[in-house]
Amino acid sequence: MRQSLTLQANHALLTRANPLAKFAVVMLLTVVLALSIDWVSASVALAFELLLFPLAGLTVSLLWQRGWPLILAAALGGWSTSILAPDTGRILLDVGIWSISEGSLELGLGFLLRGVAIALPAVLLMSCTDPTDLADALAQKAKLPHRFVLGTLAAMRLVGLMAEEWQTIGMARRARGVGSHGSPAQRLRATLGQSFGLLVQAVRRASRLAVTMEARGFGGAQRTWARESTFSTLDIWVVLGGVLVAAVAVTAAVSAGTWNMVFLEQ
Amino acid sequence: MTASHNVRPAAVTALGWGWRHAGRSLPAVRGLDLDIRPGERVLLLGPSGAGKSTLLHALAGVLGDSDAGAHHEGTPDAEDSDETGTLLIDGAPPRARRGRAGLMQQDPETQVVLSRVGDDVAFGAENLAVPRADIWTRVGEALDDVGLAHLPLDHPTSALSGGQKQRLALAGILAMRPGLLLLDEPTANLDPAGVLEVRDAVGRCLDKTGATLVVVEHRVGVWKDLVDRIVVLQPGSATESAVLLDGPPDQVLAQARDMLVAAGVWVPGYVPATRTRTAAAGAGGAAGTRGPAGAPGAAGAVPAAGNLLLAAEDLAVSRERPRRRGFKAIPPVPVQSGVTAQVRAGQALTITGPNGSGKSTFALTLAGLLQPVAGRVSATVDLSEGAGIDPYKWKAEQLISRIGTVFQEPEHQFVTGRVLDELMFGPRHLGHGEERVDELLERLRLTKLVDANPYTLSGGEKRRLSVATVLAAHPRVLILDEPTFGQDANTWAELASFLSELLDAGTAVVSVTHDQEFSDVLGGTELKLGAPELKPAARETGLNPGVAAP
Repeated sequence: MRQSLTLQANHALLTRANPLAKFAVVMLLTVVLALSIDWVSASVALAFELLLFPLAGLTVSLLWQRGWPLILAAALGGWSTSILAPDTGRILLDVGIWSISEGSLELGLGFLLRGVAIALPAVLLMSCTDPTDLADALAQKAKLPHRFVLGTLAAMRLVGLMAEEWQTIGMARRARGVGSHGSPAQRLRATLGQSFGLLVQAVRRASRLAVTMEARGFGGAQRTWARESTFSTLDIWVVLGGVLVAAVAVTAAVSAGTWNMVFLEQ
Repeated sequence: MTASHNVRPAAVTALGWGWRHAGRSLPAVRGLDLDIRPGERVLLLGPSGAGKSTLLHALAGVLGDSDAGAHHEGTPDAEDSDETGTLLIDGAPPRARRGRAGLMQQDPETQVVLSRVGDDVAFGAENLAVPRADIWTRVGEALDDVGLAHLPLDHPTSALSGGQKQRLALAGILAMRPGLLLLDEPTANLDPAGVLEVRDAVGRCLDKTGATLVVVEHRVGVWKDLVDRIVVLQPGSATESAVLLDGPPDQVLAQARDMLVAAGVWVPGYVPATRTRTAAAGAGGAAGTRGPAGAPGAAGAVPAAGNLLLAAEDLAVSRERPRRRGFKAIPPVPVQSGVTAQVRAGQALTITGPNGSGKSTFALTLAGLLQPVAGRVSATVDLSEGAGIDPYKWKAEQLISRIGTVFQEPEHQFVTGRVLDELMFGPRHLGHGEERVDELLERLRLTKLVDANPYTLSGGEKRRLSVATVLAAHPRVLILDEPTFGQDANTWAELASFLSELLDAGTAVVSVTHDQEFSDVLGGTELKLGAPELKPAARETGLNPGVAAP
C-alpha cells in the first residue's frame, strides 16, 4: 500500500514541467469533456492523450497497472448506459427489460470514452508529478496558504501508514477473538470496532506529527522555500498543448454535429 | 563554512514552574526549580507521572495553547490548561524563542515530516525563514553530522530504518541550529544497534556545536557517559520540590541507586531479579533440551522433551497480500524465506535478528494471523484438538484458545472500554474460563484498575493488561512481539518471572526480542533470522534467500 503514486526514477519530459501547468491542463480537459456526452470529442481527446503518454514516461502496461480501476469503471458505466438509456433508432439487441439500440449504444460509447478520457490526464499527472513539487507550486505560484498545503502534504504521508495500521489492528483483534466471521451484523460490528481502533491510532499519530512540525517552527508567518517552484518555456508548451487538444476535440464534435451540451439540453 | 560551530548554547531557568493539562484535575508538574547553564548536558530521570515529557514539551514551545478566548472569559476552569511560575529559555518564554530548542520524540514514524530526505531536513530551516542558499548548506552539514550524508537528497524517507529515521529527525533539528536539544525517550522504540547509532550521533553533534542537552530516558547506561548532570524528578506536591536529586551522574547514581531501582529505572550494571526456571526444559539439566541462548540455530534441530505443538516448515513470510495488477495477481515478495522452526510445550523459542529481517512477520505467520507466502505452518493434533492443521484457517474463537498473540503495541488489542471487560472478553466469547480472570488480575497487579479505561493506563500497565487479556483465553502457545520494548525495569522483571512460571506450567512461549537478558531468563532455543536482501533483482524475481537458523 505504500507504493508511491509517482514513477520512481521517471526522467520523461513532462516530469520537468511545473506541476501547476500540468494541473491547469488536467482541469481544462476535465471541464471541457464534462460539457458534452458525445463520442467524437471524447475519442479525439483520448487519441491525443494516448499519443502524449510517452512524454510522461508511461507505457501501455504501466498505464493499465495504474489506471485499470478507472478504465473498468468507465467500461461498466458505458455498458449500463447502453442497456438502460431510452432507446432511439434501430434496436440491436433486446433481452426482456434490457435492450440496446443505436441511440443508447452511441450514448454508452460516449460515456465510456469520456470516462477514460477524463481519467487518463489525472493518471498522467500523478505519474509524472511528485506530490512535494505539487505542494511547492500550489503554495509558491498559486499562493495557497502554506499551512494548509504543507499540512495536507504531511498528512498524506500518514495515509500510507494508516493502511498498514489497519492491517495490524485487524490481526491484533483477531488475536483477541474478534473474527470477521458470522452474520452481516456481527461483521459490521467487528469492522466498526476496527475502525474505532484505527481512528484512535490516527489521532495519536496526527497529534504527534503536529507536535513535530510545530517544534520545527512550522506555523510562523514568514517562511522560505528550499525548493523554488519555477515556470519555464516548457510550461507554455504544456498549457498550449492542453488548449489545443481541448479546442480540436470541441471543433471536431461541433463539425460532426455530435456536440451536445448536457447542461443546456432541457 | 563553520557556521554550525557558532551555535549559541541556551540557558534554561525554571522558577516554581508548574503545568496542568487541560481537563485534568492534578498538575503534571508542580513547583519546579531548575537552572541549566548553557552547554550543560542533563539526563532527566523519574517515575512515570513525574512530568518529564511535559517539561520537554514546554521547553519546545509546543505545550497546549494559551487560548486567547478562554482568557477573555476570565474564569479559568478545569477544561483549560493552567501554567504557574516561570519557565524561560535565555530569559524569555519558550514560545517567544521559536527555533532555539529542537525536540525529538519517541515514535520514529512521526518524527519524519516529508517524503524525501533532503526536504525533510530543510523543513525546519524553511520555517525559520532561512535564506534558500543557506538552507542547502545547512542540510548538507546536518546530514553529514548524523552520518546520513551517503544518502541522496531525494532518497525516500519511508525506506529508512527506525534508527535512521531518528537520526534524520536529529538532522532536521540541527539544520535549525538550536541552542537546546530536547530528546524525549529518543531510543525507546529502537533495537540495540539503532540505540547506539542515535546516541553516538547526538554525542558527535553536541561535541561540535556545544549546544545544551536535556534528555529523558529510562536506560541510564546508554546516556550516562554522555551527560554531565542527572536530575531526578518526582511528582511535585504543595510541600515537596519537584526535583528530588540533582548532581553529577556518578554521585546521583551512588546516592539514589536503591531509590532508582525501586522506581524501575534501568541503572547501569543492574539486572532485576527474576524467578529462575525450575522445570527441566528451562534449567538445561535435561541433555539436549536447551540450546544455550545465543548458540546458532538450535531451533528445530534438537529433539526436545515437550510435546510438539506447532511447526513451521520452509516458511516464507510477508505482510503484503497478493497484489493485483490489472487481471494478474502478483504474489508478495517475502521478507524472509526458508524458515523452519518447532514450538514445543513448556519450551521457549526466541526469535532474533536485525531490523527488517521479518521477525515479527514470521511470528505473526506462526500465530495464524498471516498467510504464508510459501511453505507451511502446521498445528499438531495436540494443539489443534480437531480444529484443523492450518492455524490461519481457524476461526478467531478457535485461535485464541490455542495460540495467543501479544502485539508490540498494547493499544492495538484493546477491544472494550474497561479493564475488567477487556479481561472477560475472551472467556465470554469462549463460554468458559471466567474464573481464571481474578487470578490473572491478582498476578499481574491489575486488581485496582478493573474499572479504568485501558487507554488511560501507563505503559507498563498496558503491557501487563495486554498479556493478561491474551492469557485469559488459556492458549497453549503464547507468542509475544517485543514484549520488553520501552518497559521499565520493574515491569520487565515481572513479565520475565511470569513467563518463566507459564513455561514451567507447560505453556510454549515464543518471543520476538532484541533483549538478550530477557531470552536468558526464559531459556530455550534461539531462532536467528538473517538480514534481508534488498537488491532490486531479488525484489523482481520474488526470490529472497533468507537465512534462518543455519
